[in-house]
Amino acid sequence: MRSRPSATASRQLPDPADRAVKPAAFDYLRPGSVDEAVSLLARYGGDAKILAGGQSLVPLLNFRIVRPSVLVDINRLTALDFVEAHSNGLRIGALARHHTLETSSLVRERFPVLAAAMRHVAHLAIRNRGTIGGSLSHADPAAELPMMALLLDAEIQTSRGAHAADGFSRGPLTTALAEDELVTEIVLPPLPPKTGWGFEEFSMRHGDFAIASIAATLTAADGKIREARLGAAGVGETPLRLRAVEAMLVGEPLTPELAAEAAQVARDRVDPPSDLRASAEYRRHLVATLTERALVAAWARAQ
Amino acid sequence: MTERHRIKTTINGVVHEREVAPRLLLSDFLRQELGLTGTHVGCEHGVCGACTVLIDDHSARSCLFFAVQADGSRIDTVESLGELDRLSPLQGAFREHHALQCGFCTPGMLMTCVDLLRKYPLASDDEIRDGLSGNLCRCTGYEHIVRAVRAMAAKR
Repeated sequence: MRSRPSATASRQLPDPADRAVKPAAFDYLRPGSVDEAVSLLARYGGDAKILAGGQSLVPLLNFRIVRPSVLVDINRLTALDFVEAHSNGLRIGALARHHTLETSSLVRERFPVLAAAMRHVAHLAIRNRGTIGGSLSHADPAAELPMMALLLDAEIQTSRGAHAADGFSRGPLTTALAEDELVTEIVLPPLPPKTGWGFEEFSMRHGDFAIASIAATLTAADGKIREARLGAAGVGETPLRLRAVEAMLVGEPLTPELAAEAAQVARDRVDPPSDLRASAEYRRHLVATLTERALVAAWARAQ
Repeated sequence: MTERHRIKTTINGVVHEREVAPRLLLSDFLRQELGLTGTHVGCEHGVCGACTVLIDDHSARSCLFFAVQADGSRIDTVESLGELDRLSPLQGAFREHHALQCGFCTPGMLMTCVDLLRKYPLASDDEIRDGLSGNLCRCTGYEHIVRAVRAMAAKR
C-alpha cells in the first residue's frame, strides 16, 4: 500500500484555491439569527442564496448553473431544527432534516404518511443533510416534501408571515417566496381520527426522483369516506391536489369499483410532461395505477 | 477574490486549522489540502456516492459540503476505519465477500454502510439494496457488496 503523502509533499502542491474548483467564487456569511439572515438577503437581493442542507443547491453551484455572489449559511440557526407537538398536529422547523422526519416518533404517530414519504427521498446521506425548508424553497415538482405540505394542508411560516401550502409552489423551482423571505417552520394541522393513508411512488431506482408519486388520506365515518385528500408529484409543474377525485369519493364507501373509477378520473386530471425517463402517457398510466393502490391502502388503514 | 475563512475541524480525530476559500469543497479539502486521498471523487454533484464521509457521525456527500462549513465539526473518512494489517470488521467483510474489484466506489460504500448499519435493521436484501442505492459501483454488480452487508447486519 502506498503511504499517505507527507506533509512536505502536500505543501508542494499548488494552493487548492488556485486549482480546479467547481463553483464560481462567492462570499460566505454565517448569520447568528433569522433576523440577521433576512437582512443579509435584503442587502444582497438576488445575488444571495440561502445554504441549508445544500443537497439541491450545491449541485447547481458545482455545475455553475447558479452563480450567487453570497451564500448565507443558516446551518447554525439550530433554533429552526425541531419537531414539536402543536395541539394534535405538529410544528416542524425549517432546518429539520429529512432523516429526522423519517424517524421522529411524533411524525410516525401523527402523520405516518409523512414518515413513509421520507423513506423515498433520495438516499440516507442526502436525507441526513437535506432540510424541509430547503425542499419547500427549492420547489422541485418531483420532490416529496412539497407534495406532503400540500396534502397535509400545511401552513408555511416565513420571516414575513404565513403562506398556505396551496399556491406556495408556483412552477418548477419557483415559489411564492420574496427574495428576502426565509421559511422558518411549517405547521401541520391534525388529521381527523380514523384517517388512513397510502403513499405510492414509482422511480427508476429507489431514491431517484419520482416519475410519478401519489399520496392519499381517507377519513372514515360510519363506513363511508368523510374526508378524502389526494396529492400527486412528478406529473406537473408543481405538486398537485386532485380535488375532483377527492370530491367524488366523499360520502361513499371505497369499493374496488370506486377506487378504479377514481383512478381513471385522476389520470384524466393530470397533464404530465414527457422526458427522457417517461412519456406523458406512461406517467398518466402510473397516476391511475398508483392512485388506485394508494386509495385502497388508505381505506384499509382508516377502518 | 472572496475572503478566506479560518476553520478548525477534527478529521479522523486530529484537529486541523486551515484557511480556506469558501468555494473549496470538503472532498477537495480532504484530498488536496490534507492528502486524505481515500475519499474518492466521482460525479461531484451528489449522485455517485464515492465521496461519502461522516459529518458529525452522519453520512454525507463531501462534494455537497464546503470545507468552510466544517468549522467546529467532526469529519470521519475511510482512513478512520482501519489499517492494511488491521481492517475494521466492515472492511474485513468486504474482503471476505469480494465486495470490491477496482475499489473506486469502496470508500463511499464503506462510509455509507457504517451509517446504514447504525440506523436500519437491514433485515432483508431489499432493504440492503435500498440502502446502497445511492452508491454506484461499475464492477461488482452489487451482489458481493450486498453479501458483505448482510454478513455485517447478521453479526450485530
